[in-house]
Amino acid sequence: MRILTISLLLLGAFGWVTAKQQSQIQGNIVAHPGKPLIAVPDFRASGAAASLMGAFNSTVASDLQSSPLINVVPKTLYPLQIPQQPSDLIAGVAPPSARAVNPQGNRLTDWSLPPISANYLGMGYGAENKGMLVVFGWFYTTSPNIPSLQQAQIFGKIYTASLDEAGAVDAGHRYASDILAQFGGKSLVGTRIVFVSNRTGNKEIWVMNWDGTDQRQLTRYRSISAFPSASPDGRIVAFTTYAGGYPAIQMFSLDTGRKLPFYNQRASMNAFVTFTPDSKRIIFSSTLAGGPAQLYTANADGGGLRRLTTTSSIEVEPKLNPKTGADLVDVSGRTGLPQVYHMNAEGANVDRLSAGTGEATNPSWNPDGDHIAFAWTRGFEPGNYNIFVMDVASRQTTQLTSNEGRNENPSWAPDGAHIVYASKRGRESQIWVMNADGTSKHPLTTSGSNEEPVWVNAER
Amino acid sequence: MTRRRRTLTLISALMLVVAAGCHKKAPPPPPPPPPAAAPTPAKPVINFFNAEPDTVNSGQPSSLRWSVTGATGVEIDNGVGQISPSGRRAVYPTGTTTYSLTATNEGGTATASATITVSSAPPPQPPPPQTGPTVQDILSKQVQDIHFDYDKSDIRSEDQPVLQADANALRQIFSMDPNFVVMIEGHCDERGSAEYNLALGDRRASATKEALVAMGVPADKLKTISYGKERPLCTDATEDCYARNRRAHFSAAQ
Repeated sequence: MRILTISLLLLGAFGWVTAKQQSQIQGNIVAHPGKPLIAVPDFRASGAAASLMGAFNSTVASDLQSSPLINVVPKTLYPLQIPQQPSDLIAGVAPPSARAVNPQGNRLTDWSLPPISANYLGMGYGAENKGMLVVFGWFYTTSPNIPSLQQAQIFGKIYTASLDEAGAVDAGHRYASDILAQFGGKSLVGTRIVFVSNRTGNKEIWVMNWDGTDQRQLTRYRSISAFPSASPDGRIVAFTTYAGGYPAIQMFSLDTGRKLPFYNQRASMNAFVTFTPDSKRIIFSSTLAGGPAQLYTANADGGGLRRLTTTSSIEVEPKLNPKTGADLVDVSGRTGLPQVYHMNAEGANVDRLSAGTGEATNPSWNPDGDHIAFAWTRGFEPGNYNIFVMDVASRQTTQLTSNEGRNENPSWAPDGAHIVYASKRGRESQIWVMNADGTSKHPLTTSGSNEEPVWVNAER
Repeated sequence: MTRRRRTLTLISALMLVVAAGCHKKAPPPPPPPPPAAAPTPAKPVINFFNAEPDTVNSGQPSSLRWSVTGATGVEIDNGVGQISPSGRRAVYPTGTTTYSLTATNEGGTATASATITVSSAPPPQPPPPQTGPTVQDILSKQVQDIHFDYDKSDIRSEDQPVLQADANALRQIFSMDPNFVVMIEGHCDERGSAEYNLALGDRRASATKEALVAMGVPADKLKTISYGKERPLCTDATEDCYARNRRAHFSAAQ
C-alpha cells in the first residue's frame, strides 16, 4: 500500500501529464521506478484442459496489466524456449560472451537480460485431473545474485478449478493475485460489487463478482431501491428503499439473501448507511428531527440512536474511515453547493476537504484510510461529474476521468488498487472499473442502466 | 243333485240379508227449524284476501287479491285506500308489510290481513347529483406545482401567488372532505447527485408545507415525501426540463 501511496503522491505532484507519460513509458519497456517488471509466458495444457488455457492466460495478463503495482513485459520479447516447470530450468549465469545473443529461455537469469529485463518470471502449465482443471503455477526471481534455483523460487502452487471457462478464469485470478500479493497487492478474489440496476424495469439492488461475472438480483420490491453500502465484514448490504412508502433503510444478508431486522426512525427519509470497522454500528442520514437531513449513529439494527450533527444544512453520504473508525467524511451543503467535509466520529472538528468550487459528492475511502475518491464538477457545468482522488492529509487531488461522460459514485476496491464507478456515456449508466491511478478502464455491465456501485470485502 | 243343494243354500242366504235390513230401518228426520227473523243485514263476508307472491325483494311488485261480498265499503291500509269489493292491486313494499283489508256494512265490520315479506335491504341510493368539482378535480387542476431554483428549497417571490392559490384550493378541499390528506412530493433535476437530491427534495417538500401552514392550511392534512431525482417529469438535458423537474408536486396521500 505504501507503493500506491507513493505513486499517488507522484501523480498528485506531477498531475495528469505524468500518468500519460507513464503509459508511454510502459510501451517502451523502461522500468518505472519502484515498479518491478514481470514476465509471464502463456501456460499450455494437453487434452480437455488445452482449450481452457486461453481464458486462463488472458485473465492472468489482464489482472497483472491492470495492477499499478507492477509492469508486465510484452510477450513479443520473450525467448522461443519457454520453461513450463522447475525441472526445465537451468541454474547459473550466462557467460559474458553469450549475452550478446538471444537469451536462452531455460536459463532463469537470462530473463533478466535485455531486451526482456524482467525482475520476475511466472511459469506453469495446466492439466485435466479427475474431471477438474489443475493449473501448476510457479513464480521466480530472475536475479543473477540468487545462488540456487531453489532459493530463486518465490512460490509454487496448484490451482484446482472446474473444467470449464469459468474455472480457468477463476484459476487465473488466483494465480495473478498470488503474484500481486508479493508486491503488496491484496487479492480481490471473493470480493463482490453491489449496485443498482433498472434492468427489470424498477431500480433494484444487484450483486456481482468483482470481475463482473455472476450478476444476480438481490431485491424484488418493484419500487425504488438504491444507495447501497456494505459492512466491512462483507456480510451485510444496507440500502434505501421506497417499498414501505417513504425512503427507509433496509439491511440485507449477503449470506442468506434475506432481510435483516432494522428499526427505522419515524422520518420522511432514512438513508445512506456507513458501518463501523467492526460492522456493529452504523452512521446514517435522517430527517427525523424535522429539519434538513442530519447524521445519526445507531446499532446495526437501528437501536441505540444518537444524533451526531446539528447543522441547518443538508448532511448526507457519511463514510466512516475504514482504517480508524474514528473519523468520517460526508457531503454537506453548509456553504451552499454540496462539498465534502471531514469530521471526527462524533461530528466535531469539522473541516472542508473539497475546494469549494463546483459540487463535490460521493466520497469513498481507500482501505488505508488516507485517500478518498469522490465525484467533482470542477471546471464543468453542474452535473458534469468526474472522478478525483484526494490525499486527505495534503489535499492534493488527481483527476482520474475526463471526457468520458458523467462519472460518479467511485468505490475503492479492498486491494486499494482499483476503483469501481458509474459512467454515463449516453442515456444509460454502466458500472466501470479502473486502476486507482485512472488507467485500464473497462465496463462490467451492459444491460439496462446500472449505477451506485459499492465494492464489498470478501466475507470474513 | 249337488247343483240343487247349492241353489237352496244361496236363496236362504239372501233371505237372511233381507230380513236383517228390515230390522235397522231409521225413523224419518224432523222438519228444519224456521229461519230466524233478521232485523239488520248480516256482516260482510271476506271470501279471500291474499298477496301473490308473499315474498319479494325490496321494490319488487306483489299483487294483493281480494273478494268481499255484502260490503258497502272496502278498504286496505298502508296507502292502498278504498277499493272495489273484488279485484287486485300491485304494491311495491320496501320493507316487510302487513296489509289489512276492512270490509264494512250496516251489519258490522270484517277484517282480514295479508303479509308481504321483503327479503333483502333496499338497494343503495344513487349518488347525490353533481353540484361542483370533486376534491380530486381541485387537487389535479387547481393546486399547481411550486418551482425552485437550482440547489435551493426556498419559495421564490414569483411563486408566492401560486402558493396562495394552492392554499385556497387546499382549504376548499379539506372543507369538502375533512378526511382528505395531501402528499407534497419534493423533486429535483438530474444534475446533482442522487444522494444530495434525496435530501434536497425533502427540503423542498417541507418548505412548501411550512409556507402553506403559515397561510392557514392545517398541518395535519399535509404529508411530505422526497423522490429526489428518481421520478422526473422529463428527461431532456435542457434548462427548461431541469426547471420543470425542480418542483413540489401535490397528490392524494394513500
